[in-house]
Amino acid sequence: MPTSPSEPYDLAVIGAGPAGLAGAVTAGELGLSVALLDAAGTTGGQYFRHPAPGLGAARPQALHHDWAAFAALRRRLGASGVTHLAHHHVWTVQRQDDGPWTAHALTGAEGDTPVRVRARAILLAAGAYERQLPFPGWTLPGVVGAGGAQAMLKSGLVLPGQRVVVAGSGPLLLAVASSLATAGAHVPAVIEASGYLGYAHRPLTLVANPHKLLEAAVHGTALLRHRIPLRTRSAVTEVHGTDRVEAVTVSRLDRDWRPLPGTGRRIACDALAVGHGLLPRTELATGLGCATRRAPDGTHALALGDLQETSVPGLWAAGETGGIGGWQLACAEGELAGIAVAARLRGLPALTGSRRVRDLARRRDRMRAFADTMAAAHAPGPGWTGWLTDATDVCRCEEVTVGGIREAVTGLGARDTRTVKLLTRAGMGWCQGRMCGTAVACLAAAGTEQGTVPPSAERRPLAVPVPLGALADQPAENDRTS
Amino acid sequence: MARTPADLVEAEPDPPFEITFDGRTVTALPGQSVAAALWGAGILAWRTTRHGGRPRGAFCGIGQCYDCLATVNGEPNRRACLVPARPGDAITTQEGHGHADLAV
Ligand SMILES: Cc1cc2nc3c(=O)[nH]c(=O)nc-3n(C[C@H](O)[C@H](O)[C@H](O)COP(=O)(O)OP(=O)(O)OC[C@H]3O[C@@H](n4cnc5c(N)ncnc54)[C@H](O)[C@@H]3O)c2cc1C
Ligand code: FES
Repeated sequence: MPTSPSEPYDLAVIGAGPAGLAGAVTAGELGLSVALLDAAGTTGGQYFRHPAPGLGAARPQALHHDWAAFAALRRRLGASGVTHLAHHHVWTVQRQDDGPWTAHALTGAEGDTPVRVRARAILLAAGAYERQLPFPGWTLPGVVGAGGAQAMLKSGLVLPGQRVVVAGSGPLLLAVASSLATAGAHVPAVIEASGYLGYAHRPLTLVANPHKLLEAAVHGTALLRHRIPLRTRSAVTEVHGTDRVEAVTVSRLDRDWRPLPGTGRRIACDALAVGHGLLPRTELATGLGCATRRAPDGTHALALGDLQETSVPGLWAAGETGGIGGWQLACAEGELAGIAVAARLRGLPALTGSRRVRDLARRRDRMRAFADTMAAAHAPGPGWTGWLTDATDVCRCEEVTVGGIREAVTGLGARDTRTVKLLTRAGMGWCQGRMCGTAVACLAAAGTEQGTVPPSAERRPLAVPVPLGALADQPAENDRTS
Repeated sequence: MARTPADLVEAEPDPPFEITFDGRTVTALPGQSVAAALWGAGILAWRTTRHGGRPRGAFCGIGQCYDCLATVNGEPNRRACLVPARPGDAITTQEGHGHADLAV
């Protein structure tokens, strides 16, 4: 903790998931004063999300394969002197000249009390959110994000329905189906758009990552135990129901994810958990001009140096904000970043030459290579737009349909997300295009020759919507310095 | 095999409490978000859209999509998936945009 109230922290960590926890604990143990901010009330992030104490879960590990790792991190956090600032939503990070950084957050029961946290270095560990692709009926109540269903189950011990179809693409679907079934839901099927064969083209990466094989096997067994069929090269192409989900239609896809006519089969269910992989949460960093890189699945992640620093000196990043790759990679990167920050602030470059750092860097590189293989295998195929109808909502917030966007593209010549947004309001609503961004970019690119996903990372001025009052009103007494 | 998520983790929650949804009593458990309490009662929609008047509820589950906006104790535009449920909370269906008091 800073020694005087006006002194900034050495390090402010944004995000208390696996990456942020590992980074904060490591830096704290190396003697830095650390503030760990998270919008959530408990630490753990997405992977180690768990019920609040009031729910009295005696065996939270029943929903986690790696609870011991989290328990150890939590224990170290308690002993490290790190200040955990729960329920702090960071909306922007700023720095004046070479002075300390200021993280601006909102907190309080109504979520509208502004707070500033000053620090000499920032570690951004904001994680990811789910990539969504629209399909007819995806706005009906009962259609929920696959990761969202997982999150609600892990934190609130609730299910969206009794018969839950799990669909989309990516390994998270297997984890979600396993959890839902273990927690008592009936899962009629897991519907995966890819073939899972992409992995086979890179056998060396697989062999170098045995823990991934193990995870797949664990989830595979749970699917077997609950007799859940996994249907590959298939997608939910329509949801049925008037005010909530009553059934879905599942169609076969070709290699490009184009639905094959006449293959639709109806499955009765009362909920659908759907997601097409994850997108790094980069907006706090891109707002500061940090460079990004494009992953093999078309997503944009922060471009990071060997020791996790972004292209903006003094700003480090770890975990999925630097590319999707799972919780173990996030932990390794967090620890590396924690060491790197301590080395910089204490003027001890030798810290980064240790054997531990070399080991961590090697593990990170190996896991990143695997993540890239996986990302490529589950990247949306260009044919997915074949399951849309003109009446399908694309932008959930502003209720902009496929027809509206196609009109902007073919009739008015829009070729990118920005122009489509200006013409149709798609992406202008509350979520600022987080849910529809991928789809809008694909539909806009349909008017161009390359027909791909966005050429540049999206930029959002603020990471969370902020009441106007908070922008104007920055009382100094809300500074968190000790 | 566990029959409910609470059985699975051998939950022994603190005493449950009541909140209301459009006047109807809903039982919530300490530590649940407003959205979790509503899902627990089988309620999946608590907002209608501005243009189409269509029902919506929690979608992303992690504070990113803003589909779960609810009016909590008279205050509109609260993300039900993030707001902890508290004894006596009155949740009401939010129609359209409640009122627009946000910058972005
Ligand atoms: C909804 C969802 C569910 C998932 N479920 C699983 C699963 O069951 N199994 C699995 O293997 N993988 C799961 N994942 C993948 C998972 O993200 C990771 O592998 C792992 O949790 C990544 O760790 P991280 O530390 O990089 O990020 P996260 O664990 O995502 O942690 C990031 C943290 O940053 C906080 N944060 C972000 N922005 C801000 C801000 N502006 N202000 C304050 N706090 C902020 C978030 O609240 C969060 O706690 C899930 C992902 C998502 C999006
Ligand atoms: S469910 Fe997406 S913000 Fe609450």
